[in-house]
Amino acid sequence: MTDRTEPNHEQPAASDGLSRRAVIKGGLLGTAGILASGYGPAVFSAEPITLRYLGTAVNQDKTIADKFEADTGIKVQYIPVTTDDVTKRAVTAPNSFDLIDTEYFSLKKIIPTGNLKGIDVKRIKNADKITPLFTKGEVAGKKVGDQGTAPKKVMFLAGEKSREFSKDPTQFMTLIPTVYNADTLGIRPDLIKRPIDSWKELLNPEFKGKTAILNIPSIGIMDAAMVVEAMGLYKYPDKGNMTKKEVDLTIKTLIEAKKAGQFRSLWKDFNESVNLMSSGEVVIQSMWSPAVTAVRTKGIACTFQPLKEGYRAWAAGFGVPSTLSGKKLDAAYEFINWFLDGWAGAYLNRQGYYSAVLDTAKSKMDAYEWAYWMEGKAAEKDIKSPNGQVLAKAGEKRDGGSYEQRMGGIACWNAIMDENTYMVQKWNEFVAA
Amino acid sequence: MKALKTTPAWLQALPMGAVFFLFFILPLVLVAAVSLWPQNEYALEPGFTLDNYATLFRGCLFDAGSSDLCVTAKTYLSTLKFCVLVWAITLVLGFTLAYFVAFHVPGIGAQTALFTVMTIPFWTSNVIRMISWIPLLGRNGFINQTLMDIGAIRQPIEWLLYSDFSVVLAFVHLNTTFMMVPIFNSMMKIDRALIEAADDCGASAWQTLWQVIVPLCRTGILIGSIFVVTLVMGDFVTVGVMGGQQIASVGKTIQVQTSYLQFPAAAANAVVLLAVVLLFIVALNRLVDLRREL
Repeated sequence: MTDRTEPNHEQPAASDGLSRRAVIKGGLLGTAGILASGYGPAVFSAEPITLRYLGTAVNQDKTIADKFEADTGIKVQYIPVTTDDVTKRAVTAPNSFDLIDTEYFSLKKIIPTGNLKGIDVKRIKNADKITPLFTKGEVAGKKVGDQGTAPKKVMFLAGEKSREFSKDPTQFMTLIPTVYNADTLGIRPDLIKRPIDSWKELLNPEFKGKTAILNIPSIGIMDAAMVVEAMGLYKYPDKGNMTKKEVDLTIKTLIEAKKAGQFRSLWKDFNESVNLMSSGEVVIQSMWSPAVTAVRTKGIACTFQPLKEGYRAWAAGFGVPSTLSGKKLDAAYEFINWFLDGWAGAYLNRQGYYSAVLDTAKSKMDAYEWAYWMEGKAAEKDIKSPNGQVLAKAGEKRDGGSYEQRMGGIACWNAIMDENTYMVQKWNEFVAA
Repeated sequence: MKALKTTPAWLQALPMGAVFFLFFILPLVLVAAVSLWPQNEYALEPGFTLDNYATLFRGCLFDAGSSDLCVTAKTYLSTLKFCVLVWAITLVLGFTLAYFVAFHVPGIGAQTALFTVMTIPFWTSNVIRMISWIPLLGRNGFINQTLMDIGAIRQPIEWLLYSDFSVVLAFVHLNTTFMMVPIFNSMMKIDRALIEAADDCGASAWQTLWQVIVPLCRTGILIGSIFVVTLVMGDFVTVGVMGGQQIASVGKTIQVQTSYLQFPAAAANAVVLLAVVLLFIVALNRLVDLRREL
């Protein structure tokens, strides 16, 4: 199913230059893309600017693009691919997009290529209001878990064109955070019928043939590590950077479970996890928060279950390709500034994500919404999704409580390990087992 | 016409040759070259190493001590298993369908109409055709619900979906046409007088089928087999979707590696896969001399 989104899908945009699109359709013909996008603005200067936004389908909401166009006249053209393919395109075809929305952990692969440039904080109006989780790794003044690729480790570049991260804050940010969240297991409380409080339940034989884990190695291995620790098999010094031995142990545990028939399926695409859960094929699985929301909007009970071992966090942000210049670069900055300005943040918060600048988002949300989503309070009125579907009835509380409780419970972050090649190889063994 | 005759042969072959070189030879050479480059996550840097192949075959040759096969061997065996199963089923199905339309449907008009009907599944994308099985086969899907409603089973049948069964089913659904079309084509070329002759000589229907029609359909069978075998060997979508991503296939492994920017490893895998498929095709060609028969 992933593969439906895989070939390059330039979304049709009426005013887009035909010749350029034809060239871009080549996908990996990155070099041709250089020429095309480099000269594009000059040739099409009379037409409205179109920003090609590369990212995963989860974050690419049509409403956001429409609102931005209405506010600024700049078109956003989404290029939805999978998490892995965002990285792949950033590395292999850096001129096939004008704005990238990628996860922080991918930066370890992308930054050394020099394909992204540092974002000048002086041009970002709300830069100083970005939550300290990104800049200092703190929530409400308290340090949170930083195993794995915590954003603070890869937040700053030594210089605009630098290929190295800076430990201390500088003028140049690698990515401006868009959304982030803390993931845990999703469950079907109506089918499980008992409380779940630990990651180890994913491999509990009670749910044999009714569990799923995600098949994106760098994230799946973290979920597996949470399970291994919860089962008391091993305590990792750093789950986000395992040694070969630790990888072996983790994969061995997964293989044993797979051979015993524990997994119904593995999933790679957000929509797959929604289908698995709503069809009842699976009752407990690795899940992402908007997927839980999607299952709920179908009227099916689904809980994003907080677990005592904590959360696996992730964060995504906007980056700008090194070659972007002129009007397109200005447009990219305009989009980022607009994104942090509150409307988009409020929109994302209402989907169960968290936005980078909380103050501006708060100003665009109703008090009862803010209380439900961010403060963990019982809903005063029915809580609706941005599309108007009821997500929670009055009186219900959000899974995981307030922002501080949830983000404060981070145990580790999605990561790229030093032994990544070996890990992927072992992960293939798991899939083949 | 005169000018054409005086043009040297190599010049006439040049356009086709150039296309082949650009889009076939060159990429293949590149893949082979990259398979020998060292692994680096963020750049492709030329070099020479056999590491990618060594990793691929690690544990396959020297690690005889452990009872388990190495991952590469297991993956190929699993892919081969699907290949053989799908090939056998599509062959029987494709041949039967083609035979019925070619010999038991009277009139070219009716034959053409039925033939077109059989290609209708091709009008939708193969992903859609595959996914449409899921609501049918799922734990709470149509088949399980129906069987439970009529009281045939108490518990849903689990192996209908995300299993070898569902993968083979989808493959057969997707690929039977590729087998049927060339066989049908061969059958239509058979001189009907030959069948009458067989009949006159006292051959039973079975003998006619086995000793006249099947040998004359060899070309079609071979072409269909090549299609099916190469499609199944290289597939990663069907196995992923219908196998719940839990079943290994060579194509899937390559896909995972490329999505993790491990191009050298993926290239090495691709070279090995290509070699295996080529061996298949050479073997099949030994059975039938395709060029002579066409």
